[in-house]
Amino acid sequence: MSDLKHFLQHQKTILETLYLIRDIEEGIAERYPQGKMRCPTHLSIGQEGVPAALAPLLKITDLAVSTHRAHAHYLAKGGCPKAMLAEIYGKATGCSGGRGGSMHLIDESVGFKGSTAIVGNTIPIGVGLALAQKIRQETNISVVFVGDGAIEEGVFYEAANFAALKQLPVLFVCENNLYSVYAPLSKRQPVGRKITDVVNGIGINTAIADGNNVVECYQVLSEQIQQIREGRGPRFIEFSTYRWREHCGPNYDNHIGYRTEEEYLAWKAKEPIARFEQWLADYQLMSPTDMAKIRQQIRHKINAAFEFAEVSEFPSADKLANTIYG
Amino acid sequence: MVNYMTDSIAEITFAQAINRALKDAMVEDDSVICYGLGADDPLRIFSTTKDLVELYPERVFDMPTSENGMTGVGIGAALNGLRPVMTHQRLDFFLLAMDQLVNAAAKWHFMFDAKSTVPIVIRLIIGRGWGQGPTHSQHLHAWFAHIPGLKVIIPTSVNDAYHLLKQSIKDNNPVVFIEHRWLHNQKGSIDTNHKSTLSQAAVVKQGTELTLVSSSYLTVEAIRACEFLEQHDVSVELIDLRTVNPIDWPTIYTSVAKTKRVLVIDAGARTGSISGEIVAQVSEMLFDQLLAAPARMAMPDIPEPTSYSLTKDFYFGAKEIVEKIMTMLGIDIDPTQVDSLNVQGHHDIPGEYFKGPF
Ligand SMILES: Cc1ncc(C[n+]2csc(CCOP(=O)(O)OP(=O)(O)O)c2C)c(N)n1
Ligand SMILES: [Mg+2]
Repeated sequence: MSDLKHFLQHQKTILETLYLIRDIEEGIAERYPQGKMRCPTHLSIGQEGVPAALAPLLKITDLAVSTHRAHAHYLAKGGCPKAMLAEIYGKATGCSGGRGGSMHLIDESVGFKGSTAIVGNTIPIGVGLALAQKIRQETNISVVFVGDGAIEEGVFYEAANFAALKQLPVLFVCENNLYSVYAPLSKRQPVGRKITDVVNGIGINTAIADGNNVVECYQVLSEQIQQIREGRGPRFIEFSTYRWREHCGPNYDNHIGYRTEEEYLAWKAKEPIARFEQWLADYQLMSPTDMAKIRQQIRHKINAAFEFAEVSEFPSADKLANTIYG
Repeated sequence: MVNYMTDSIAEITFAQAINRALKDAMVEDDSVICYGLGADDPLRIFSTTKDLVELYPERVFDMPTSENGMTGVGIGAALNGLRPVMTHQRLDFFLLAMDQLVNAAAKWHFMFDAKSTVPIVIRLIIGRGWGQGPTHSQHLHAWFAHIPGLKVIIPTSVNDAYHLLKQSIKDNNPVVFIEHRWLHNQKGSIDTNHKSTLSQAAVVKQGTELTLVSSSYLTVEAIRACEFLEQHDVSVELIDLRTVNPIDWPTIYTSVAKTKRVLVIDAGARTGSISGEIVAQVSEMLFDQLLAAPARMAMPDIPEPTSYSLTKDFYFGAKEIVEKIMTMLGIDIDPTQVDSLNVQGHHDIPGEYFKGPF
């Protein structure tokens, strides 16, 4: 690896982020049936690799926007876990004060500018963030997280065109998990046509990577981000990955017929965390004992965050009317 | 009188009635096509598109997440002989398609001097509860009603769901057909002798002291309110609008001329609402006959929040409707009895069967 030195500094952050995302999401899945997290909730279990690899490569002054499936992105950008869980529980201490729920996360203190629930909604907004960065001649970048489904919205093409036109410092992170709800790609996009070919055609340089191979993700991301920071315009990276559980909610749904148990198991076998742990162990970069210790610490932090969310007060409706305008 | 949820012959749900209407329309007319996100997936848009793709594999399909483009595609298909029915699992998702709907579909017939028509039906499902929040629960029927050239249907009963959807598909104009998610599991029956027609409100219950005008899910609450009031010898006439563009003014005027009082209830935000329009129109037309100022109850001009606590008192239901009518009529009913109208259990689900998340 060309930037091995950097990577060695970053491996712990990556591992922590992987554990943080996985264990928080598993914690949500486990508790969701209690009926206290009363909002549509889209989990990122299985898709931790890309956000975790990205985590150490972004500065706190970089910005990011995301989608309905945003927990992992928010956490990878450094968003406060307590405030995220409290939001999902609808509490006053939630990052959006209980107004938005799981699909509307924000942590301005770390540059996470917002996730929204309408597919494609934040794509041009992320490009707009980058426009401001460019006009102010910053070296910061804006990250736009999208799914494979969001590529089908007209607004993606309009925003990508503008980003290319103005050579804006945008990184499009496309997590292609093969599905939009229960619809496989083959029902939505021409078979055999690559998303990256379309984006290349718009005039944006693209790359692809195995989203479940954290090391590969890290390499590709760090290269592309470097280029964006050098003022060489927007970049688009398509990562292949897979969500393990149902589109929305805590359960497994391989039995309902839109995909097979075999497909799921094949992807599960390629899961990002175990692969990364193996890699660290193989190269003797970290011992399994140290990894277990890190995970234990993360779990303590997560338990405390759930505790915080549970005991926090519910917001009162009094202030709603006063916060419609700024 | 219309057969509402309470008494039923052949019991089916609202969602099943929608499914029946789609099926029958497709059998009767092979120019009907049916598409939308999830139209042929395992869950079939809350079962409303069940069995369709098996019957007509070419005419039923899922679509790319491209609401604006796919609306225009539907308009083009409609201009060229098809009768598309496009469905969105949330009304909010369809907001991406306002250009095609408003600038094309709604205008085509008028703008080209009546040379062609756009027979497209757009089914929109309104969400509520379980933290649907700011962008999954918007009751924007008034928006669509504001556009000349669109018909806007917003049914409550199972019978109306069936007949009005079938007629919407037969109609030569663009129709926005709005289904409240909380109606999907309501039970009722289809009465083949009682065909509801587009543009006609239903007098759900006759009464003498006040006209209550309602629509969609709120009519379920209104029925509870009226039944309660009847037990206390208060006679309310209940009108279910069914269509909010055009509005059936004769039915409203006839009723208000009789009862001389009107309360309009509306699940949309107050400003610019259908309820505001009805209050205005009734005031202009019947002012000197009214015994009380026309009144309305609508949602506050606030986006819907997500949190359980923030939505708790956000909606109004049978209890609040009864209280408002008591004030308007200047009557007293034992408050503990009025309180019994409060919904038992969680406020944010249509029934205990609902376990989230969507
Ligand atoms: C405009 C719009 N259309 C439809 C939906 C319903 N919806 C929510 S998530 C989703 C899937 C999007 O798929 P993708 O972009 O691949 O993201 P993934 O869920 O796979 O992470 C859809 C269709 C929506 N929220 N907004
Ligand atoms: Mg996807």
